[in-house]
Amino acid sequence: METWWRALTFSLGYNTSVVTLGAMLLAAAAGMVGAFVLLRKRALVSDAISHSTLPGLALAFILVGLATGDGRLLPALLLGAAASAALGLWAVQAISAHTRLGEDAAIGAVLSSFFAFGVVLITVIQSMAVAGQSGLTGYLVGATAGMLASEAKLIAACALGLLLAVMVLRRDLLLLCFDADFARTQGINTWRLDLIMLLLLMAIVVVGLRVTGLILIVALTIIPPVAARFWTDEPMRMVALAALLGALAGYLGVTLSSVREGLPTGPLIVLAAFLLFLVSFLVSPRRGVLASLLAHRRLRSRVHLRQGLLSLGRDEPIFDDLTLALLRRRGYIRRDGVPTEAGLAAARDAEHEEKLWALYRSRYPDDALHREHAGLVPIHEVLSPDAIMALEAQLMGAGRAAR
Amino acid sequence: MSEFMMFSLVPLTVAVIISMTCALLGNFLVLRRQSLIGDAISHVALPGIVVSFLLTGVLASSAMMLGAGVSALVTVGMIELIRRLGRVEASAAMGVVFTSLFALGVLLLEWHGASGVHLDVEHALYGNLESLIWFEGTGPGALVDPVALADLPPQLGRAAWVGLLVAGLLVVLRRHLVLGSFDPEFAASVRARPALVDLLLVTLVAIAAIAAFEAVGSIIVIAMFICPAAAARLMTNRLGRQIAWSQLFAVVSALLGYVLAGHGPGWLGFDLSVSAAGMIATLAGLILLGACLFGPRRHRTGAATAA
Amino acid sequence: MPDARLGKRVIASPLAIQGLTVSYDHRPVVQSVDFVTPPGSMTAIIGPNGAGKSTLLKAALGITRRLTGEVRVFGHPLEQMTRHVAYVPQRNSVDWDFPARVIDVVAMGLFRDLRWWQFGGRTQRRRAMEALTRVGMEGFAERQIGQLSGGQQQRVFLARALIQEADLTILDEPFAGVDAATETAIVEVLKSLRDEGRTLLCVHHDLATVRGYFDHVLLLNVRSIAAGPVAEAFNEANLQATYGGRLSPLQLARLMEPLASEGGR
Repeated sequence: METWWRALTFSLGYNTSVVTLGAMLLAAAAGMVGAFVLLRKRALVSDAISHSTLPGLALAFILVGLATGDGRLLPALLLGAAASAALGLWAVQAISAHTRLGEDAAIGAVLSSFFAFGVVLITVIQSMAVAGQSGLTGYLVGATAGMLASEAKLIAACALGLLLAVMVLRRDLLLLCFDADFARTQGINTWRLDLIMLLLLMAIVVVGLRVTGLILIVALTIIPPVAARFWTDEPMRMVALAALLGALAGYLGVTLSSVREGLPTGPLIVLAAFLLFLVSFLVSPRRGVLASLLAHRRLRSRVHLRQGLLSLGRDEPIFDDLTLALLRRRGYIRRDGVPTEAGLAAARDAEHEEKLWALYRSRYPDDALHREHAGLVPIHEVLSPDAIMALEAQLMGAGRAAR
Repeated sequence: MSEFMMFSLVPLTVAVIISMTCALLGNFLVLRRQSLIGDAISHVALPGIVVSFLLTGVLASSAMMLGAGVSALVTVGMIELIRRLGRVEASAAMGVVFTSLFALGVLLLEWHGASGVHLDVEHALYGNLESLIWFEGTGPGALVDPVALADLPPQLGRAAWVGLLVAGLLVVLRRHLVLGSFDPEFAASVRARPALVDLLLVTLVAIAAIAAFEAVGSIIVIAMFICPAAAARLMTNRLGRQIAWSQLFAVVSALLGYVLAGHGPGWLGFDLSVSAAGMIATLAGLILLGACLFGPRRHRTGAATAA
Repeated sequence: MPDARLGKRVIASPLAIQGLTVSYDHRPVVQSVDFVTPPGSMTAIIGPNGAGKSTLLKAALGITRRLTGEVRVFGHPLEQMTRHVAYVPQRNSVDWDFPARVIDVVAMGLFRDLRWWQFGGRTQRRRAMEALTRVGMEGFAERQIGQLSGGQQQRVFLARALIQEADLTILDEPFAGVDAATETAIVEVLKSLRDEGRTLLCVHHDLATVRGYFDHVLLLNVRSIAAGPVAEAFNEANLQATYGGRLSPLQLARLMEPLASEGGR
């Protein structure tokens, strides 16, 4: 615990602190880019991109290894990864655009076959007399343990650059996500912007390979944005929150991994992100599960009660169990289903409410009020006493005219 | 001959059976645009296996299969929960669940130092077809010798059972499946239970993925679900023929892939062999590439939908 | 035996809905709808976009979940009577790129008649061709469904319902995006079904043709505004109430003009 506290307050040494910061920036950038990708409804493209990096990584390793005897040259590896990721991305686009296959099939096919080819190349590497092979596994699941401060700084710098790029483009990207047609009329080249967005995503994946590994980098582009979605309906706020949650996940994950020897950072960051998601999913007052369940039950009781009372007043038989149970619980009917005095009175009131609401609706058919409450909330909680009195007068007048 | 039977017969047969089974299911995944559920399920096999190993302390195949099965069900359940209760888009829900579970698997793996015990991440990802050696396969006579047959690697029997199960269920429920894939609303109105069929399909995918996992590893299973079926989709407009094409492509990928992996480098002058599973999946991808470029039905049919 | 407490009207009706409410996002999209479909009628369900018309049908058929409500077919719960109801969904709910021929789609209507060990044989093919002939599509039996025009697709959907020989056929916007010839052909088929004593219930989008095609109408805007014979229920007041003032006086006047050929019924 003490180690964790020291890590949290950045007092565990220069290296750890730089790595922590780097991971935070990376996760923030991933969250931000991922938020736009999510809004554009292409969340799993990042899976295709990340798995497509493997053949490029392996090929670069082979070439560098043949040339120098040790395959681990970070810039070369990242370049190779980027090249094959770009090819993979292009393949996904081409397949979904030019054949009858859907994007899901395109993503799955590219992801798996590129990765498979990478695996073939890895078995080639395993038979080569080249040093540094074990380091390749680090690209699969991440390895911040042996990360040098210089590498962490490089990652941090790249992540920062990507963050800034996204911030500059944020308004155009937002328009692209919600109304591409309108964006086009505003002079935005949507095709190019889409491409830029995907390239940013690719850059995040390549930069993040060392931190979380290619299989898990996807998580950083999906989980924080999905979690952020639960807290706000406003897109810009969601993007910002996604970045924040990502940074928080990075912070928690890296510091936790320093608590014990041999704990892998990538998975810890992802699990921290998942925890944040879980909290958002359950607790968020706007779209969280608990709030949702409560709202649903409230609506259901209201509807059942209202329909039950109306049926009571109109002498119609009631078959639904829940309706009967609700009426019984409030003392509106006896055990044998016969209505009580209170029940009949409530039924008259319900009938009256319906008439008032119906009158209100016919006079103000577009008014949002009755739409929102659907006539189930007592009218005196919604309208002013004067408005209600006016409606009552109309109802009486209409009744008199009918006679 | 005996060398072939001892070292290659079982891997080849397992590879062919698994490829055909996955491709069969893949036809419907591709048609229903649910290809990525295979992606999700394959990734979560790892944590299932790790957890079962930690709980049982033993690397028994049946325990691992059970673990992978449970994790597949948990995954599907969680995805549905998140999708419905959280109103999250399907692919995003998948992304959240399978990456988190995979992370959990890797964490548990590293934490308990299980990485020393044969159960390393690479193994889970690449599979191990080449290890399916039939020690008693000394000649053609072994095929009818009950003692020799008893020594067959259990993966073969498992693959065969799963293949039979999948094929059998799909035959029995073919009309439910086709109806539910084409027009779920109409299917619901005639009580063809599209929701149950959905669940069944996903369960079969999980079962096939688990059986395949041991032999070819998790990531490559995805290729076998999608690539042959997608390629078949581009070859024809008739469902029956599409299924037939997918089986053909699956068999070719498996046979050719295995042979190329073992002997290909030798033909090029290198003294090594590459991952059979990787080669099979790569070949499946290449076949899909060919279909994308030359398939007679690769284009979308007319814009009649909009009219 | 249907419940003794039910009225005679309900027992005779091929689809009686009581208190149906469907919610989405904690808000009702269909609220407390009561409707008893008159047997042997051609009923239109009309209302503005988003009024819940399709949702009403789907909830009544058990395709989507309802919050409350009872649905009875000839007095019995729907679950026991699904054979008596055929459903024609909206065309755009289907992926027309699916690998199926026209005859394959029509044969799907025979789902309930075949056990799994049975293969579709000559009888099934004959029935499918009969249904196709009735909608004028017999020449297209082997055609790929993706190659059809909108009107042709709609006719295939109708044939699939015809082959079920149901007492009640429910159609969701059967005339949307369909050419004039197809529209006429479909109306003829529907009227011939009614003449056979069957019942039709359609979500209809074109107010101008309500009086010409249908004999009963249900006006829906989340709630049931009015229902009854077209001559009574299809009037200015109800239309105004349903469409919330979105219809101009000119539109209303045109809708209520005397029909060109009253013999169209």
